[in-house]
Amino acid sequence: MATEKFETALKKLEDVVRRLEGGSLSLEDSLKAFEEGVRQASFCAKKLDEAEQRVEVLLKRKDGSLVREPFEPEEG
Amino acid sequence: MNIFADKTILTVTRLTALLRGVLEENFEHVWVKGEVSNLSAPSSGHLYFTLKDSGAQLRCLMFKSAAKNLKFRFNDGMGLIVRGRISVYDQRGEYQLVCEYLEPAGAGALQMAFTQLKERLSQEGLFEEARKLAMPAFPRRVGVVTSPTGAAIHDVLNVLKRRFASLNILLYPVRVQGEGAAVEIANALDEMNRLNMVDVLIVGRGGGSLEDLWAFNEEVVARAIHRSRIPVISAVGHETDWTICDFVADLRAPTPSAAAEMVIASSEELRARVEALNHRLCLLIERRLNTLESCLKVLRRALQDPSLMLGHLAQRVDDISERLNLALENSVLRRKESFVRLQANLLHHNPERQANAQRQRIKLLIAEAERLLVARLEGFKQQFGSDAARLDVLSPLNTISRGYSVTTRIADGHVVHDAAQLAVGDRLRLRFHRGSAECSVETVETAKT
Repeated sequence: MATEKFETALKKLEDVVRRLEGGSLSLEDSLKAFEEGVRQASFCAKKLDEAEQRVEVLLKRKDGSLVREPFEPEEG
Repeated sequence: MNIFADKTILTVTRLTALLRGVLEENFEHVWVKGEVSNLSAPSSGHLYFTLKDSGAQLRCLMFKSAAKNLKFRFNDGMGLIVRGRISVYDQRGEYQLVCEYLEPAGAGALQMAFTQLKERLSQEGLFEEARKLAMPAFPRRVGVVTSPTGAAIHDVLNVLKRRFASLNILLYPVRVQGEGAAVEIANALDEMNRLNMVDVLIVGRGGGSLEDLWAFNEEVVARAIHRSRIPVISAVGHETDWTICDFVADLRAPTPSAAAEMVIASSEELRARVEALNHRLCLLIERRLNTLESCLKVLRRALQDPSLMLGHLAQRVDDISERLNLALENSVLRRKESFVRLQANLLHHNPERQANAQRQRIKLLIAEAERLLVARLEGFKQQFGSDAARLDVLSPLNTISRGYSVTTRIADGHVVHDAAQLAVGDRLRLRFHRGSAECSVETVETAKT
């Protein structure tokens, strides 16, 4: 699920920041962590931007199954 | 009133049937108010109780079919207003009220039902905070269970439009009031859980009267919300309307619009969090690099002049050797002083000195001893002189000189004091003042006693 991926990325990003704040990383590890952080941050930002506004309604078919259709609210 | 001609004899059954006819015909639709007592609810589902006031009591019965429509539960001591018809229970010859509808006297029936359900569900733990689900951090697909033509969905969509929020809305259309609405809402919640297509559910409707909102006070809806594995936001009516739904939901929104705002807010918060983290990340790496760079500078500077460091070391060696010498000198000096002190002490205790002292003492003692001896001898000499004078007085020689003699027996040399010691013929020596003579005993005369 996309949500889980987003949340995993966010968690990774937080971990990276915490590790860098710890200050015990070698220069090489710091740079690696930084790269990882930048990657997760841009992934998160992308996911946030990706969300599209879509309004659908669930309609029940005669056989009882449900189908999604675009929802147009009645004005008034 | 006498409806029978003369002496018409009726059976009990007949009379009871007649009375029933009269009662049922005339009291087909009555409202009566009283206090409940002797309530009994057997497994048949019918309810039996007595309504009473200070003056009388009335047996009541409510069949299962009517009892199941009751929205609240009543018990002994409660005041009720009851609608029903009078009937007769032939077998016991009792008349009773068959209740069709009843409501609490005082508070309205709906209010009572609300209070009772709330209390019951609360005791069951349905409202406990610990059992509530957390809102998703990043809700992107939102399920809305409400009427497709009502104000709630309209408000939600308006908010989204105004805020340019990128949310995916899935509407599950239901009736939100009237008979069967509660069951429909509950089913919709279950169905949404089964489909598992949304991150969060909003269930609600726009404002209305207590009766209009009633579906959201039904137990079946409360239980469906409680069962839901997807977090549920309740958004019923206006801010002042509180429903059972609000208590059991994971989050209560005062209105449907507010529910939409809450959902958007969480995704906006998230965006801010990601941005803040990103910023922090850049700041941290920059600071890290700066720190390393300044470290490098310091080190490089230190590396430029190694002789300086050697100079420092040489100085340190000198310093230490000087301190070492000083320490050595100090140590020798201290030991020397100690030696001198010990030597003086030793001389003071020289044995030669002691021997001299003893010798001196012995001389003194000898002189003293001589002095004492001479004194003692002098003492003896004087003593002897006086003793000799006294001896002279006591000497037998003196006595003898006055004419007495001393007689001793020659045989044993003993001095003879008593004639009884003698026998005739014993040889005796007589000693005189001058010279002596031997003689023998002629006769013995013993002294008379």
